[in-house]
Amino acid sequence: MNIISKPSKENIKSYLPLGIVFISVSFLDVFVNAFFNYNSLVFFPSQISYFLPLLFGFIGLYLIRIEFSGIRFLDIVNKNINSNNFNAFLTLLTIFIIIKSIPPLLNWFVLDANFIGNSKDDCTGDGACWIFIKVWFNRFMYGLYPDAEQWRINTAFLILFTIVGFSFFVSAKLKKYFILFLIFIYPFLGIELISGGSFGLKYVETAAWGGLSLTFIISAFAILFCFPIGVFLALGRRSSLPAIRYISIGFIELWRGVPLITVLFMSAVMFPMFLPDGTFIDKLIRVLIAITLFEAAYMAEVVRGGLQALPKGQYEAARSLGMGYWKMNLLIILPQALKLVIPGIANTLLALVKDTPLIFVVGLMELAGMIGLAKTNPKWLGMAMEGYVFAGLVFWIICYAMSRYSQNLEKKLSTER
Amino acid sequence: MIFKKFSIENKKARDLIPQLITVLALISVIIYFATNAQINMGNRGISFGFGFLNQEASFDITFSMIEYDGSHSYGRAFLVGLLNTILVSVIGIFFATIAGVIVGVSRLSDNYLIAKVAEWYVEIFRNIPLILQIFFWYFAALRALPLPENGISFNDISFLTIKGWYVPKFIWTNFNIFLLSAIAAFIAIYFINSYATKQREQYGKQLPTAIISLSTLILFPLITFLFLGVSLTFEYPVLKQLSPTVYTYEGGVSIIPELIALALALSMYTATFIAENVRAGILGVSKGQKEAAASIGLTKNQILKLVVMPQALRIIIPPTTNQYLNLTKNSSLAAAIAYPDIVLVFAGTALMQTGRAIEIISITMLTYLTLSISISIFMNWYNKKMAIKEK
Repeated sequence: MNIISKPSKENIKSYLPLGIVFISVSFLDVFVNAFFNYNSLVFFPSQISYFLPLLFGFIGLYLIRIEFSGIRFLDIVNKNINSNNFNAFLTLLTIFIIIKSIPPLLNWFVLDANFIGNSKDDCTGDGACWIFIKVWFNRFMYGLYPDAEQWRINTAFLILFTIVGFSFFVSAKLKKYFILFLIFIYPFLGIELISGGSFGLKYVETAAWGGLSLTFIISAFAILFCFPIGVFLALGRRSSLPAIRYISIGFIELWRGVPLITVLFMSAVMFPMFLPDGTFIDKLIRVLIAITLFEAAYMAEVVRGGLQALPKGQYEAARSLGMGYWKMNLLIILPQALKLVIPGIANTLLALVKDTPLIFVVGLMELAGMIGLAKTNPKWLGMAMEGYVFAGLVFWIICYAMSRYSQNLEKKLSTER
Repeated sequence: MIFKKFSIENKKARDLIPQLITVLALISVIIYFATNAQINMGNRGISFGFGFLNQEASFDITFSMIEYDGSHSYGRAFLVGLLNTILVSVIGIFFATIAGVIVGVSRLSDNYLIAKVAEWYVEIFRNIPLILQIFFWYFAALRALPLPENGISFNDISFLTIKGWYVPKFIWTNFNIFLLSAIAAFIAIYFINSYATKQREQYGKQLPTAIISLSTLILFPLITFLFLGVSLTFEYPVLKQLSPTVYTYEGGVSIIPELIALALALSMYTATFIAENVRAGILGVSKGQKEAAASIGLTKNQILKLVVMPQALRIIIPPTTNQYLNLTKNSSLAAAIAYPDIVLVFAGTALMQTGRAIEIISITMLTYLTLSISISIFMNWYNKKMAIKEK
C-alpha cells in the first residue's frame, strides 16, 4: 500500500535505507567502472547497463527526498543537491562525470607520467613527460638569456619582491618612500641590471630576453606607464576644452577598436617607416610603447567610469574651496574615483598580463613563445600538451592570485557611502 | 595689466592656449611622421597608393568561403580574409552566448554542485590567456585525434579526424524560393506579434503567439518543399584511399582544425565573461519585483518572461556588447595558428609580398574599427529598444 506513496516522514524507515542502497549501488558501479575498468552490472544488457547507474541513483535520490525528516544531514543534502527531480538528475550527472574523469587525469598527470631522466627517450609511460619541462625549465623562465648571467635577472626580481614584501610591514610614512623608490628609481636599476653594458656587466641584447621573466618585465613596465597615461586620457575625455576632448576621444576609440595583434604588427612593420632613415628603436621598446598605449585606452575608460560615478557635489565643493583644476582632480576627485573602479583597474591589468604572450608576432618569446620553440625542437617533438598545460598553469596561478588580491583590496578600501 | 587680463580674467583666451598647443603638437607629430614616411618610401622606390589591390595576389589560401585562387587580386584576398574573420566571430558569438547563459544561470542554481562547477569553469577559463587556450586546442588536443582512416564517425554521416571535421554538404535546388519563404515567415511572425500585442493591450486577450509563430516558421518552408519544387539532398563524405598509407575524405564539407580550435577557444573564453554578466544581470533584479509579480498572480514562466528577463537584459546587454566586440577583435589571434583570417592573409602574406606596410596596416585597422563600430551601433539600437519606455 505504502509502496507508491510519496516519500515522507511516515515511511522514512523503509524509504531511507532503500534509497541509500540504490545510491550506493549506482555510485559503486561508476566508481568501479572508472577506476578498475570493470562493469559490475555486467549481467544486464550492454545498452541498459550504461544508463543503469543513472537510473538507480535517480530512484535512490527520489526515495530519500523527505521533507523535514528530522535528520540534519539528510535535510542539508536534500536542500542543496536534491531539491527536485531535475536537480537530482544534474547532481548525478555532475558526480558521475567527475568520478569518470578522475582516473584518466590522474594517470596522465601523475601515475603514468615520467619524472626521472634527461631526454625524451626516458619518457616511456603513457602519461605526461614532465622531463620536458624539467630540461627546458631554465629556458622557459629566462628565454635565451645566457646561463652565466641569469643571476642578474634573479637579483632584479629578488630586490623587487623584497621591497614589495617589506612595504607590507613598515609604517605608512616609510611605505611612501618605498613606493616612490619602486616607481621612480627601481625601473632604471632593474633595466640596468638585466640589460647590462656598464658597471662591468656584460651587455645582453633584448632579443635574448624571454621566458616568464620577460612576461613580468613587460607587464611591470606597461602597468607603470599605462596607468598615468590612462588617467590623463580620462581627464581629457571629460575636459571642457573641445579640442582636448575630441583628441582624447579619438585616441581612446582608435585603440579600443582594433585588436592588439594589429597594433603589434604596426609597431613592427609600419612604425619604422615613420622614423627618419637610419634610426632604430629596439624591438622591445616598440612593443612596450604599443602595449602601453593600447592598455592606456582601456584604462582611460575604466577611470572615466569612476569619474562619472562621483556626485557633482564633490566637484562643486572642491571649487568652492578655491581649488584649481589640477588640485581638485589630484586631491579630491581622483582618490575617490580610483577607489570606485578598483575592480575595473584590476581587470585591465589582468588583461594586460594575459595579452603579453601576443608579442610572439614580433618575434619576442615569453613563456608561450618559448614553449612553441621547444616543442618544435627535433629532439622534443610531440610535447605540446605538457608545454601548454604547464604554461596554462603558470599563467592561471598568476592571474588567479591577482584577481583574488584585487578582491581583497576592494573590500579593504571600500568605505561606507 | 594686459598680462593680468589675459591670464585670469579672459577665460576664453586661457582656455584657448592649452588647446592650441595640443593641436599644434599633434599636427607637427603627424607632419613629422608623414615626411619621414615619404622619404623612406621614396628610398625604397614605392609610392603611396591603393592600386596594388587590383594586382594578382599569386598566393593560395587554405580555407575560403568564396571562390579564390592565386590568380585573383589582393582585393579578393582581403575579402576572403574578412569573410573568414566574420565567420569565426559569428560562430564564436553564437556558442559563447549559449554557453555563457547556461554557465551564468548555473552559477545561481540552488544546486550546490552545479553552482560550484560553474564557478570553477569561470575561474579556470577566465584566468588563462586566450592565446594559450588556442594553442592548447590546436597543438595539443586536436592533434590527438585519429588519422582519416580511423576517424571518429558519427553514424557514418560525419567524421572527426586530425585533418578536420568532415560534415555533409547541403545541396539545394531552388534555394532562392526557400530563402524567400523563410523571409516571408519572419515578416508574418512580426505582424502576428504586433497584432497580438494590440489585442492584449486593447482587450486583454492572450493569443498563443509562440505556437502560431513556430508553426508559421515550419509551415511556410514546408509548403515550398511540397509544392514549389525545393529539395534538399546531402552529399556525405566518403573515405578514399590515395596511396597505400594515405587516406582522405571526398565530398561533404571539411571544417579545418584551425577553425575548430579557434571557435572552441574563443567561445569558451568569452563565455566566462558573458556568464558573469548574466549572473550580475539576474542578481540585479530586486527580489521585490519577483514577489510583486507573484502576488498579482503571474505564473512562474510569466514572471521570468515578463518581469525578470526584461529587467535583467537591460543590465546584461551593454557589457555583453563589449564581450562581442572583444571576441571579434580576439579572433585576430587566428594568425597564431594559421587560420586564414584578415590578419594572416592581408597583414601577413599580402604585406610580405607587396611591402606596403602603411596601406595594408591602415586598411586592416580600419576594417576592425568598422566591424567594432557596426556591432556597437547594432547593440546600441537593441539596447535602446530594451530600455525602459517612460509612459
